[in-house]
Amino acid sequence: MIAILKYSSGNIKSVSTALDRIGYRSIVTDNPVELMSAKKVIIPGVGEARSAMLFLKERRLDKVIRSLSQPVLGICLGLQLMTRYSEEGDTDCLGIFDSIVRRLPAGDKVPHMGWNNFSRLSDATILKGIKAEDNFYFVHSYYAEISSMTTAVCDYILPFSAAMQKDNFYATQFHPEKSGEIGERILKNFLEL
Amino acid sequence: MLKKRIIPCLDIKDGRTVKGVNFLSIRDAGDPVELAKAYVDQGADELVFLDITATLERRKTLAMLVERIASELNIPFTVGGGISTIDDVSMLIRSGADKVSINSAAVSDPGLVTAIAGKFGSQCVVVAIDTKLINNEWYVYVNGGRTPTDLVAEEWATRVEKLGAGEILLTSMNSDGTKAGFSLDITREVCRKVNIPVIASGGAGRLEHFVDLFNETGCSAALAASIFHFGEIRIPDLKTYLTNNQIKVRC
Repeated sequence: MIAILKYSSGNIKSVSTALDRIGYRSIVTDNPVELMSAKKVIIPGVGEARSAMLFLKERRLDKVIRSLSQPVLGICLGLQLMTRYSEEGDTDCLGIFDSIVRRLPAGDKVPHMGWNNFSRLSDATILKGIKAEDNFYFVHSYYAEISSMTTAVCDYILPFSAAMQKDNFYATQFHPEKSGEIGERILKNFLEL
Repeated sequence: MLKKRIIPCLDIKDGRTVKGVNFLSIRDAGDPVELAKAYVDQGADELVFLDITATLERRKTLAMLVERIASELNIPFTVGGGISTIDDVSMLIRSGADKVSINSAAVSDPGLVTAIAGKFGSQCVVVAIDTKLINNEWYVYVNGGRTPTDLVAEEWATRVEKLGAGEILLTSMNSDGTKAGFSLDITREVCRKVNIPVIASGGAGRLEHFVDLFNETGCSAALAASIFHFGEIRIPDLKTYLTNNQIKVRC
């Protein structure tokens, strides 16, 4: 079973419908037992860092997520929550990735909204078959700084982490579930881990 | 590099697309989902669904349609038309819409923009601005362009950004339907005044119009309806033309 973490009030359905489209069943849950026993866990990308972390801490889900040993995929805000700290709401995050999240500085339109590609790309597992010139859908006003865990870099105003990985924790700043067929490739790569 | 977006707009009435469509042989040209999928295959970067129904049953029909769209599309889509309360927005977002577009309600109740941004994030609030040039001033119109206001487009755009809008959909009523090109002046001005993305709409008729728009204004995306629906411009041809003119698009 694939578990999608249920938190905040935004559109978490887009991830479960994307999984349906590519033939994977999933449940949307904030139940620790269901999360721990799932084969894969996805932390989708909606909402605001401070309220999201508050929600996780109130339910002790921060500890649950850190303890997971199966593959976990964070998307957008999900990636940002996996870092040490976010400037958004001055928020201490999960501390899985050694990176911090800052607001995109002035220099171009914010949010960074639309299709963008990578300036640097490693051969990380979930990026298998992806080329630097492939375009993915981004929508965010905050970004994770580049660290040793960065597996793909996107340039917008400045270079930032478009994808990250540490052990069983994977994350993308872009939305694979909204990035057409190429995005579905990344979801499949993750689901086939 | 961030790509310029091409966005077809589909008018919906009672769960079906209105205006004719004859650009390809889809099974049911009146079904918004079939049409939307055809646009995705052609390389549309996003889609906008504008609900022009005005019946009591509208909300239920629309929610069901949005669920179907969400389950079948793998690119972002916006739903607009007649949204006036946070409940309308919640229903659409929970049905799977990525963004909602509000127009008249933003003018009558600016707090709604802030309320949606607070609850669902700025990225899902598109404020649509319909504007018309009268005596050298671009005034904002509401109620589908029927009712003038004393708001000036550039100032209103600045204000909705402060209220929490994540994007502006700017339609020039002077250009809309003319196929004589986008209104470059007002688009340029609004793009200069705000730091959020602007989608330009109204006036597209030829490939060159899109090149002019992206070269001469700071807008992030172009929206059009009938030229796409009637196959006068095919999205793959448009994207090839833009690429040949050094404008970065997703191909």
